[in-house]
Amino acid sequence: MLSRSERFKVLWRRFFEEATNIGVNSLFVVGLVAVFIGAVTCVQIAYNLTNPLIPKSTIGYMVREMTVLEMAPTLTSIVLAGKVGSSIAGGLGTMRITEQISALEVMGINSSSYLVLPRILASMFMFPLLVILAMALAIIGGYLAGTLTGNITPQDYIEGIRSDFVPYNILFALIKAVVFAFIISGVSAFKGFYTEGGALEVGTASTDAVTNSIIAILIADFVLAAVLL
Amino acid sequence: MIEISNIEKSFDGNQVLKGISCTLETGKCNLLLGGSGTGKSVLLSCIVGLMKPDIGSITFDGTMFTNSKVDIRQEIRRKIGMLFQGSALFDSMTVAKNVEFPLEMLTPEMTPEERRDRVEFCLKRVGLENAGNKMPSEISGGMKKRVGIARAIAPNCTYLFCDEPNSGLDPATSIKIDELIQEITHEYNITTTIITHDMNSVVGIGDHIIFLHKGKKLWDGDKEHILNAEVPELREFIFSSSLVRAAKRVEQEDGPAGLQHLAAEPLSEV
Repeated sequence: MLSRSERFKVLWRRFFEEATNIGVNSLFVVGLVAVFIGAVTCVQIAYNLTNPLIPKSTIGYMVREMTVLEMAPTLTSIVLAGKVGSSIAGGLGTMRITEQISALEVMGINSSSYLVLPRILASMFMFPLLVILAMALAIIGGYLAGTLTGNITPQDYIEGIRSDFVPYNILFALIKAVVFAFIISGVSAFKGFYTEGGALEVGTASTDAVTNSIIAILIADFVLAAVLL
Repeated sequence: MIEISNIEKSFDGNQVLKGISCTLETGKCNLLLGGSGTGKSVLLSCIVGLMKPDIGSITFDGTMFTNSKVDIRQEIRRKIGMLFQGSALFDSMTVAKNVEFPLEMLTPEMTPEERRDRVEFCLKRVGLENAGNKMPSEISGGMKKRVGIARAIAPNCTYLFCDEPNSGLDPATSIKIDELIQEITHEYNITTTIITHDMNSVVGIGDHIIFLHKGKKLWDGDKEHILNAEVPELREFIFSSSLVRAAKRVEQEDGPAGLQHLAAEPLSEV
């Protein structure tokens, strides 16, 4: 994939196309999931926080910590494993069975460099941006849910999300996003690129790509938490 | 000219190609003829480098292709144009973009205007000057084959390979595609290799025919001599066609006059 790669101009154009496809086209689903994650987290913490000695601002603090450390990077990546992973595997698998990859190879074009490398790089670039967006929307979702249901006042929530902030947690979440992006795009590209057979096998490759990516994400999530926290 | 020497290829112990040697001549339509499962597609894949033969060598105009360095293989591959069985057009690109793609990738020295002119020329050459803005999903099977040919010849290929160009096409369109390939071959003096089991192609454009059977080359010659070939497997292949058998029956029953009568009848009467 890296040896005999295509010209920089070609790779840059392909990277841009894939970044648009992976990033921009995922904005809606990521945003929707993030808002509801934040909302549900806030409501459930409020439900469990019955001790009057614990200040209400703890709800905001816990929503922030949970979304930044776990919900935003991991759940967003699992959602993207379904959307982006199946798209990569299905797209490459279809290209394989319809001989489009063979056509590239016969032309003397390095097919893995042309098709796979831009997808992996674009994923690794776009996932952290989507995770940052998810963090922000989840906190906003928590704010809306908490204040609209009367579980917490706006002042308490804002005080909570501003207290004891550790910037390293953001870095940790972004590291996770980059690793998960590599796992999803790499696993899905592998499954799609080496598809053999027909339409049925393309479907199987997409399913395998999503399943294997999610399992790998969960394992990587644990390893990263154990190593980096 | 492409020289193939003693090519062997096996899959999981099953030998598909058994020491095939032949020459694919320049300026001619070289037909790889044979029934299903005789190794034609595997041989073609070995020639264009999609598969590596277990034994044997392939040279393109004297330059060794098999076991050569990557740079040499790439250089040869850039002279290859290929029409795939399913056309293999890129779904996400328009017809014009499909034809432009190899130019963009392989000839960075061309300006966008030069590329556009070349695309227009190639599309016009295959009779699709008005289809440039269409997507592959919007055109017919025959048109897809034409686009595949235009894409193959766009970078001035020296070697053209066609994997069953007639598959899925009606007889009239098949003949037109055959004629187009033959015209291009003679016009640009390129080495064209066609996989087929269509007898219309054999008698129409078979400048040089190589007959394969069970992974072996059993006969090679041209369309003038194939009907008189003394190879039983080849005779069985040729005369297994219902149309040919019907013609033979009519000739036996009514003589040459009956054949003339048959040719004038609609096919549904045969």
